[in-house]
Amino acid sequence: MSLLDIENLSLTIHGTPILKQVSLSIAPGEIVAVTGESGSGKSMTALAVMQLLPNGGQATGAIRLEGHDLLTRPEVDMCALRGAAIGMVFQEPMTALNPVKSIGDQVMETILIHKAMPRPQARERAEEVLTRVGLPPDRFPLTRYPHELSGGQRQRVVIAMAIALRPTLLIADEPTTALDVTTQAQILDLLRGLVSEYGMGLLMITHDLAVVADLADKIVVMRHGEVVEEGVTESLLRNMQHPYTRMLFEASGHKVSLPDTISPRPLLEVTQVVRDYRLPRKGLFDTPGHHRAVDQVSFTLKRGERLGLVGESGCGKSTLTRAILGLEEVQAGDIRLEGEPVFAGHKPNPAVRRKMQVVFQDPYGSFNPRHRVERLITEPFHVLENPPMGAERQDLIAEMLSAVGLSPKDADKYIHEFSGGQRQRIAIARALIIQPELILFDEAVSALDVSVRAQILDLLAELCAAYDLTYLFISHDLSVVRTITDRVMVMQAGKIVEQGETEQVFSDPQHPYTRTLIDAAPVLPDIGSQVA
Amino acid sequence: MLRYALKRLISLMISLAVASVVIFAVIEVAPGDPASFMLGVNAQEDTLAALRAELGLDGSKIQRYFSWVGGMLMGDFGTSYTYRTPVSQMIADRLWVSLPLALYALTLSTLIAFPAGIYAAARRGKPGDLTVMGATQLGIAVPNFWFAMMLVLIFAINLRWFNAGGFAGWDTGFWTGLHSLTLPAIALALPQAAILARVMRSSLLDILGEDFMRTARAKGLTRRQALWRHGVRNALIPVLTIIGLQFSFLLAGSIIIEQVFYLPGLGRLVFQAISARDLIVVESVVMLLVFAVITVNFLVDLAYAAVDPRLRSRT
Repeated sequence: MSLLDIENLSLTIHGTPILKQVSLSIAPGEIVAVTGESGSGKSMTALAVMQLLPNGGQATGAIRLEGHDLLTRPEVDMCALRGAAIGMVFQEPMTALNPVKSIGDQVMETILIHKAMPRPQARERAEEVLTRVGLPPDRFPLTRYPHELSGGQRQRVVIAMAIALRPTLLIADEPTTALDVTTQAQILDLLRGLVSEYGMGLLMITHDLAVVADLADKIVVMRHGEVVEEGVTESLLRNMQHPYTRMLFEASGHKVSLPDTISPRPLLEVTQVVRDYRLPRKGLFDTPGHHRAVDQVSFTLKRGERLGLVGESGCGKSTLTRAILGLEEVQAGDIRLEGEPVFAGHKPNPAVRRKMQVVFQDPYGSFNPRHRVERLITEPFHVLENPPMGAERQDLIAEMLSAVGLSPKDADKYIHEFSGGQRQRIAIARALIIQPELILFDEAVSALDVSVRAQILDLLAELCAAYDLTYLFISHDLSVVRTITDRVMVMQAGKIVEQGETEQVFSDPQHPYTRTLIDAAPVLPDIGSQVA
Repeated sequence: MLRYALKRLISLMISLAVASVVIFAVIEVAPGDPASFMLGVNAQEDTLAALRAELGLDGSKIQRYFSWVGGMLMGDFGTSYTYRTPVSQMIADRLWVSLPLALYALTLSTLIAFPAGIYAAARRGKPGDLTVMGATQLGIAVPNFWFAMMLVLIFAINLRWFNAGGFAGWDTGFWTGLHSLTLPAIALALPQAAILARVMRSSLLDILGEDFMRTARAKGLTRRQALWRHGVRNALIPVLTIIGLQFSFLLAGSIIIEQVFYLPGLGRLVFQAISARDLIVVESVVMLLVFAVITVNFLVDLAYAAVDPRLRSRT
């Protein structure tokens, strides 16, 4: 008998259909991955199992856990099941924990709320599960607060809470999406270990096919609230039937070919750059300590070259980006664009500043919602001494919107009228409009669905051919960096530990850290790519 | 935590020192010589000089600043120009009315606001929420003296449960004193409670949307358990800020209510002192209020740290 049986589950929220006739099943000890792009209904399927749907949610069909239908259970029964029979792990470990309660209290709460055992035993059990997830109490006392832990450690606490009562079913909703590749590999290992050890069923929600291919026994592919294809992992990847599955697979490993435009002239020269942050004083009269975020970094970016910068969170990628943009002064070293320093004295050099633009990660947060697109993409004109006016300005707006695949008519719209991918196109148009010498892409495709990401990568390749772009592409996603750059630098703890031709570095990494990164990154198996 | 408290304490001292200089300077530039005001326009020059010496108005500005501050530290606030009595005594008398009144009103306002705000947040968009929101809208819109007059009309004149005004004094007993402060405290508390309830509600609604509330539900907590165990404490930070501001306001800003109920409070004292150009009283009361505000802020800072562990470690 299967552990979880979802049969013809349909869901509407305030009358809007969200899920249509979804069916899937999980056996004890089995890992079933539900995959698909945003809006496919994968998270809603998970929340329907938990009966934690948003207000106005109406579910029909059947969700049976060990033979008992959950949809007809009263809320009191569901409270008794949640946390005890079904555990759930969420995507965002930074916000999934209550910031004002200690981790011990939060893990113990799962046990105490179900009155599973008295407090002293609950404490012991909490220590036991925290040890199991890799947070032994001698190094991570129960009195620690979430803000004293890293993202990966917090995700371990969330997992400890979910498994404290050994549920029969564990639901993990994008559990590693917010984590670095090496942390992701560790968390996936942990989940895999727990499933085999406890004989739990694992319902894993993820958009990342590479993670799925490596981990799941069965895959369910969803689109627009419907299951389009499902099957045992290997055979599904070998004979993908549905065009959507093939498209997902293709887009995940999407490759572009960049035009050859590199000239020998250096554009950006970074020499021995050091960026220190002051730490708070330990005592009243102590000299404050320093945290060296960027440590003696040197590199040269040639005109027409596409350079990648990879590394894990906290390695100094963003700090280096800010220093190059002249947003922060560096403590030592020199950053020059075409021979001019980005910092003149203690002030940013405007002459250099107007030759650089940046595209950020978040397509939702990086626009003022009250300005029209026309105004948004002409913002960089503020740094120009003689910005184009009148017809010239209108022509430029039209040209840029067309160049990024939008219509010139879109200039009159507001940003909320666009999807995530379209917004990122607008961000690129905004960067391109003053024809900068250098563009910095800071995780510019990380928040996008794979199919949209593939389109944006294609767009970048086209723009490289049309405008001879030179860019620095900062990302934690190795597969993207591999296809969109000529050369790559690997950064660890503020230092560049390896740099070289992208293909060279990826196929034959020299530094152990580079090897760790590449090994940790989940890859799509070859079986699928032959079919696709 | 100790380091945090110490740092806040140092910043409290600095704020007080700066405030004392500013208050002294402002009163100093205010026009009018208290001595000639007291003795009238026909006073002899030597009489004026003698009075100035007696009031401590001779000597350089710096000398006078330090003797003022030094005096205050020893509990000597000087002598009132108009009443010729020690200012410290006058303030102490008034403080015995104003401070309990402010605390009383604040307690009432918190007791009304917390349940109302939490109730409304838990029933967002439902009739209960709409009722509370409507009531708080009214509470903010209607001035407190109108409440005061209505309270007098209903509870003092019609029902005769309370006196219409005046303060019996604490000598007659704690409960009698409290009894005579009840109507003014309610009148002061209602608008404050309305504001506080709204802050509590919106703060809690923000928290209810947080990821960790969903985590709590996923652990098996009921909606109510999640609200009380994980919601309320996280929602307290903005609420504490408002409570701090309200206390300062209640201490000094109750002048209209004091007038309505004939209460000998600080507000009335300041009002009378300003009209009589009794600058030493004004100066001292203002300094005292600044001291109260800064101290309350210090306490609020400590309360933040007690509520939120992130602040304790960020010193």
